[in-house]
This record gives sequence, C-alpha cells and structure tokens, in this order.
Amino acid sequence: MNVAVLRFPGSNCDQDALCSLREDIGVGAQYVWHEEDALAGFDAVFVPGGFTYGDYLRCGAIASRSPIMDAVRRFAADGRPVIGVCNGFQVLCEAGLLPGALMQNASQKFVCDHIWLTVANRSSYWTRHVDRVLRIPIAHGEGRYVADEETLRRVEDEGRVAFRYSGPNGERDPRFNPNGSMDDIAGLVNEAGNVLGMMPHPERATKAILGGEDGRLILAGLSLVGA
Amino acid sequence: MAAITPDVYLSMGLRSSEYDLLLKRLGREPTLTEVGMFAVMWSEHCGYKYSRPVLAFFKKYKEAMEGSGLENAGVVEIGDGLGVTMKVESHNHPSAVEPYQGAATGVGGIIRDILTMGARPIAGLNSLRFGPIRDGEDDPAVVRRNRFLFEGVVAGIAGYGNCVGVPTVGGEVFFHARFSGNPLVNAMCVGLLECDKVTTAAASGVGNPVIYLGSATGKDGIHGATFASDSLGEDNEAKRPNVQIGDPFAEKQVIEATLEALGTGAIVAIQDMGAAGLTCSTTEMASKGSVGMDVDLDLVPMRERDMTAYELMLSESQERMLAVAHLGREQEVLDVFHKWGLPAVVIGRVTDDGLVTIRRHGKIEAQVNPKVLTDECPVYETPWEEPAYFNVARSFDIGKVPVADPQESLLRLLACPNIASKRWVYRQYDSEVQTQTSVGCGAADAAVLAPRGTLKGLALAIDGNGLKTYLDPFVGGQLAVVEAARNVACTGARPVAATDGLNFGNPEKPHVFWQFHEAVRGIAEACETMETPVVSGNVSFYNQSDLGEVLPTPMIGMLGVLESAERRVGMGPLTDGALLMLVSTPLNVVPQSGLGASAYLAEIHGIENGVPVPPNVPAEHRLCRFLEKTIGDGWVEAAHDVSDGGLAVCLSEMAMASGGGLNVSLDSGDRLDAALFGEFPGWVVVVVPPARAVETAQLAERMALSATLIGAFDAGSANLTIACGDATIRVPVSSLRERYEHAIPAAMHVEA
Repeated sequence: MNVAVLRFPGSNCDQDALCSLREDIGVGAQYVWHEEDALAGFDAVFVPGGFTYGDYLRCGAIASRSPIMDAVRRFAADGRPVIGVCNGFQVLCEAGLLPGALMQNASQKFVCDHIWLTVANRSSYWTRHVDRVLRIPIAHGEGRYVADEETLRRVEDEGRVAFRYSGPNGERDPRFNPNGSMDDIAGLVNEAGNVLGMMPHPERATKAILGGEDGRLILAGLSLVGA
Repeated sequence: MAAITPDVYLSMGLRSSEYDLLLKRLGREPTLTEVGMFAVMWSEHCGYKYSRPVLAFFKKYKEAMEGSGLENAGVVEIGDGLGVTMKVESHNHPSAVEPYQGAATGVGGIIRDILTMGARPIAGLNSLRFGPIRDGEDDPAVVRRNRFLFEGVVAGIAGYGNCVGVPTVGGEVFFHARFSGNPLVNAMCVGLLECDKVTTAAASGVGNPVIYLGSATGKDGIHGATFASDSLGEDNEAKRPNVQIGDPFAEKQVIEATLEALGTGAIVAIQDMGAAGLTCSTTEMASKGSVGMDVDLDLVPMRERDMTAYELMLSESQERMLAVAHLGREQEVLDVFHKWGLPAVVIGRVTDDGLVTIRRHGKIEAQVNPKVLTDECPVYETPWEEPAYFNVARSFDIGKVPVADPQESLLRLLACPNIASKRWVYRQYDSEVQTQTSVGCGAADAAVLAPRGTLKGLALAIDGNGLKTYLDPFVGGQLAVVEAARNVACTGARPVAATDGLNFGNPEKPHVFWQFHEAVRGIAEACETMETPVVSGNVSFYNQSDLGEVLPTPMIGMLGVLESAERRVGMGPLTDGALLMLVSTPLNVVPQSGLGASAYLAEIHGIENGVPVPPNVPAEHRLCRFLEKTIGDGWVEAAHDVSDGGLAVCLSEMAMASGGGLNVSLDSGDRLDAALFGEFPGWVVVVVPPARAVETAQLAERMALSATLIGAFDAGSANLTIACGDATIRVPVSSLRERYEHAIPAAMHVEA
C-alpha cells in the first residue's frame, strides 16, 4: 500500500498525515506536489487539511483546479480509495467529487476540540472497520456542511453519510454538533463509497500520546488491503 | 536635497541630542532615508536605550553583549542532538489600534524570529491583557471597546496561527482596568532544530549575493518600531497606517521555503525582516559580520511602483527574509523560493568597505557604518524612585477586612474572568496541528509536546501577574519565574530555560523605571536560583494611554524538559480512592495572611492592596525537583499548583478535571479566607495512590518541603466538599463547571 499525500501551497496537515500513515498505520506514504498530473504507483490518495492558498477564495476552490486534481478525479473514477480531511474535504467538494459545500461555522469562530463521531454507513471502504462511536479531533473555521434539499435527501437516501456528530453514546443533539452542519453531517462518501470527505482529523488520533487512537479505525482499511 | 529640519527628525522620534550625535558620527548632513534609519534603529524598540543597563542583570544577556552577540544565546540543548529556541514578542500598540492585524502580525513576527535561527516553529503561546469585559466594570463604551479588542486579538492570533500551521498550545489572559486603552499582546514561539544546524545572521564573504526573500514590500507599517516606542494617544486612529497587515499563507510558504533553502547549504547567513524591515536586516547582518553591504533598492519586489528609498527602508511589510548566499549558489536558493511561489531576488552584494550603501534609481540614498546604527544607540540612565503607594501596600492591614462567606466567595471567584475557564479563547486556536501536542490548553498547568525524533517531552508555560508586580515589583518578578517553573514542573518536566516579555509604562518616569528595575532584578535572581537562564527576551515600554499606564507586567515563558513524554501528567482524570496531598515550600515571611494582592481581595472585597507573599526561591527549586522525580517515577498521577484564587480554586479546577468528586479537609489557621483563598507561592496539590502517601511525605521531608494529606478523590461523588475549620463548602462539581465555563462567554454575550 502506497498512499499519495497531496501537497498544495498552504497545506499544513500534510506532514501529520504522512507521519501518521507511515509510523502509526504502517503503510507507505509519499508527498505528491500539486503541479504533478499523475498518480502512477499509488494505491490511495490522502488530501490533507490546512489552508490551501490561504483560503483566500472559497476554501479549497483554487486547490481543486490544480493539475493533480485531474489525476485524482481519474483515480477516484477507477474506484480507488481517496480521503480528504478538513481542507481536503473542502477540496473534494470543490472538485465535484463529493456533493454539497462547507460554510463558515454557525458560531462564526474557528473551533478546535475533540468531538464524538457516530458512523452512519458501515459498508464503505473507509468505514467498514468502524464498530463504535469515535472520539476524534476537529479544527476548522468552515466546516458547516450544507447542501440543497434534493442533494441532502439523495445523500441520506443512498446512505452516503459516513459520519455524524453525536454524543458519546451516539445520541443526536444540536449541542454535540460543533459547527451547525445539516443533519449533523461530519463526513460523507461518494456513490461508490471509495471517496470519503470528513471534517474531523483521523490522522491526529492514531497515537496514544496525542490523546487517542480512534482515527486508526478509519485509516486501518489502508493497511488491510492492497499491496 | 531639502535640509533636515528639527520637526522632521523629532516627528520620527529622534531627540535633538540624538540628532547631534548622528551628525557627529556621520560627519555630514544626513539624507531623509538616513534619518529614518537612525530613528528606527535608535528607538527603544530596536536599540533598548532605556532597558539595556537593567537587562545586564541577566547573566546570559550580559555575556552575550560583551561577547559574541545575542543570536545564539537562544538555543537550549535538550539532548538527542536537538535544541529548542524560544522568544516572546510584544505587539501591544498595533493591537490597541487594529486588534486583529496587530495580534496576527505579532504571531507572524515571532515565528520568523524562530525560523531565522534555522528552527522549525513547533508551538505558539500568548499572554494577553485587556481592560474589564463585564458590563458595569467600567464606562460602557470602554467595556465595549475592551471586548472588541479581546475578541479581535484572539481572532487575529487564531487566524494567523491556525493558517500558518503552528499550534497555539497555551497562554494566559488577564483583565484589569489598567489595561483599558493599552492592551498587552505578547506572543511566544518555540522552535525545534538540530543543534549543529543553527544559522547565523552575520553576513560574510565579500562578493556574496544578498537575497531578498518573501513577500513584496508595500507602504504598510512604516515606522512601526517608532510607533511602538511612543505612548498611545488621541491620534491612535491616525496611526492605523503604521500597523502591518499579515498574510499567514505567505508565512507558511516562507517557513517551508526557508527550511528547504537552508537544507541546500547554499545560505551563509539569514535574518528575518521584522521591526524596521530592510533597515534592521541589512545593518544588523552587516554589523554582526563586520562587513559592508551594497544594496540596490530598484531590485526589491514592490507592491507599488513609486516607492521611495525612505519608504522601502522603513516599511514593515510582513513575511520577508534577507539572506546571504555563497557566491555562485544563489540560484539554488532562488529556485526553492520560486517553487513555493515566493519572490526571491538578488538585491546586493557583501562588500569589504564596512559600509551599508543603499541605492535607488542609481543614486546613493544612504551610506552608513552599520555599527553606528546597531551598537551606538545612546543609552539613558533613568533616575528611579520608589513610589509612595509601595509603602501603603506594605503596611496594608488585612485585619480590617471581614471574612466573606466561603462558598459564595468560591463561586464568585470561579466566575471571575481572570480565573474562569479560557475555553472560549483556546477553542479558537488549533492546538494540535503538527500532531505533537500531548497536553493542550486547559488540561494541565503547562502544555506538553511530544516531538517526533525523541522520546523526550517539552513542557511550556507563560506566566505573569501585573497586579502583584505593581504592588511589589521585585516579588512580582520572582513570582512570575517560580510560577512558570512550577507550572512546567507540575507536568513532570524539569524547568530548563526562560524567556521574558517585559511590559511597562513610560521608562522616563521614575516610578516606572523603579518598577522595571525591581521586576527585572527579581526575575534575574530567581532565574539564577532556579537554574533557568533567560535565553531571550523583549522589552515593551510606553504602554500608556489617555486611560493611564498599564500594570507593570513581566511575562515569563518557561521551557521544561521531560525525560519521557509518556510520563506527563495533568490535573486529571483521577483514579478512585487516590489521595490529595498538599506539597509546600517553607515560607520565610507571610505578610497579610497571604491575602495581599490576591484575587480574593480584588474580586470579593474590591480591594487592590497589600503585597504578595515572597516566594522561597531555593525551596521552589527543590519543589520542582520533587515534582520531576515523583511524576517521572510514575507515582504522582496528577498535579496542580495553587495560584490565583488560592487552594479552594485549585481544588475546584482539579475537581472539574477529576471525573468525580473530592473530599478535602483543611486547617482554618488564623483566618478561614486565608486558608481557602490565600495565594501562597510554592504550594502544589499532588494526587497519589494510598500506598504511596507515606513515601511522598518522607521524600518531601528529605527535600526540606512538606507534604500533608488533605483529602481524597471519590469517583462515586459528584461534589466538591471542603471542610475548613468550622466551615464547610459543599458544591456539585456541575455547579462549579457552570460558573467556570460560562463566565467569559457570558461577558462576551455569546453562548458557551
């Protein structure tokens, strides 16, 4: 398993993703610069968090037009695994790989915290090993998931909501939703289930000394299949 | 060329005597550009003309000034070939005028200070002071302004730090009427580097190219350093153009490009362009290397075409660096910066004439011996005088203060913004990016990082108490040091080095200079005993406005090292049945029952008087070793020091972190309120398993400390119960939390 960790100007969780994958998950991982236009030799793609291009336009909008994203679209269309975390989720939405958009948090403030995540779809590539409520860090200013009514219904009907913000026992309540996301949506997958976008940071939770290892359950899939 | 008239140099902050000295050293009439360069380099901000004699109290500073210069003083070796650099920088005046950008560029500036050593910035902390934010505490317009400043500063730190990818892992916030009008915004940055890769700022190698790196230069921040060296007044708004605008995205690119470029080995010397921009970087690099530098400003990347030499030399546009490369290897540096999308241009050469020559449109606009600018700033010995209030504070009679209801006092103290949870603040900071944060904000007395490449841990804290320093500056200085050291020790770390941010009023006033002198003396003496040398620092004077001068506020940033990051502890959670022991240092003298200058006296009685209890510094040193040993050996499972609000507040905070309830029993001594809310330095509550209690007490005794059993943790309880003499406090932990967590959101009129 060799994972491409994309690097855009302004990515700042690229190193975190690389180290987590290599050291904690135990798979191969390499940086891929945004100007590259191919993903030959890679088995999965990790679009890391950060502030690509300073988030000076819409978050992720400029990065989504990078040469590498054309390669990611082809890669995803082949059914191969792609994960976008935080700003990476925003990039995937802007690239048209996932529906909807991420807007400024309802509080209008950046929020850094540890939240509870309940898995809503356990059949996708990324969520199949998640068997309980997870404790995962979040850190974002624009993580409020929104979609038009029809999209939202489709996403729900097709079971594409991967994760929802919840309480420790999976209970849904606005006070557990840190950003005002519709339907408490924290992450979703594409129709084929191979592309996951999520605001919480699983790569920040793969080492006990950092306060938790629940992120492993999401990233573990990478070490169990493929080369 | 128009002659330089007094109103020109006076408006730039130069005095007549300084101008005369300039004339003498230059031996001719200066150009306008030269006057500007002298004005910024000889400002207090760059030249330390009032503080230098007092800073000689700091051993390392004195050695550095007499020896090889200051730059390498800042690297603390932690083993495994790694070094830590750290520094605090104030951005008080810009933040008073434009809070978001003022704070943001403060963060950016201190990050580049660390980067310029060749270190990767791995953590940020901050120490903030504002006027009161609760309705009714001051004139409504002033309170609204204070909230605006508080909100803007926090957003600015978050906006910059989060984007640039340096986690903000700790800090402190304090509110007091003396900061209305002149908030204090001190940002600290910590960097990690391989010890053999420390860079230099000393230019060398005649003919070597001088390279401008980073964002283009605009007309922002012109004379920022002079602005920082003056008092705030009615024309604050007019000074908005003095405030720089930050671009954290560019900074992130500068960090990556700089570290990558340093990795090529093509760079001889590098320095950030901070205060005084191109003036400071060219003259300091040339001066440190005892060489000359010939710079053509026409080559500098500019945001506007019509910029004059004066504007280019004085601009404080952000996210810029200046480097000297090996001749013939400049392209390697340029390529790296271009890859990261940043301007990078050769703008000059190192020369052997010992002069910094600045050209614009083919004309020499400035030509000066850089050492005159960097080393010959006049130094002023200010007379100092002990103010009358000090005697009043020392003779304050606590006997006339009634003992307030303990339970109500505790609940009020927990809801006081100075003591209450700062979650509203730190939740806005990304404290975990770089995935090295083991203990972030609010969970322990210090943040703990577990850096990659070592099993060691780094503990970081920043502390200072303006009210205590005002009422007794010497003791206030000592207290800042021992509290910061104690805080890192409470995680299990050994305190190893300090950095300071010294924030005072107008040093030309004798009572302010007395405060400064005494506080620095207290810091220096305490650091000596604590074996925590001051490795870097920042002085900010003229912190006064129409609303008065600030409380004298020295802030101490402390670095502690844990042999094993995995052994770090916080305030909780606790194991059922674990025992609470109060470990304390013997105090030589306890004025005013320990209530002088306390939060209890200020918040409950509205009295800001009395003097703080002086710490027993040698015993504080032993206390830190005690904590390092007991935590490092794995038998203390939590520790928290007694600070603002005394033991009762300390226990409340532990109860909230415990996961259950606490049952505590205390001696009431001569005053119930002193036992609960007295602020005794050198007090720490540690939590141990019952089997270790005797051993803990014995070890404390051997180290000439005392450890007394005061209570136990009860996982099945939901209350904090403190029996103290005849009185009993019994409060549900949920009520404590309600007060503690909601105070600041309530003052800010937002939901928690």
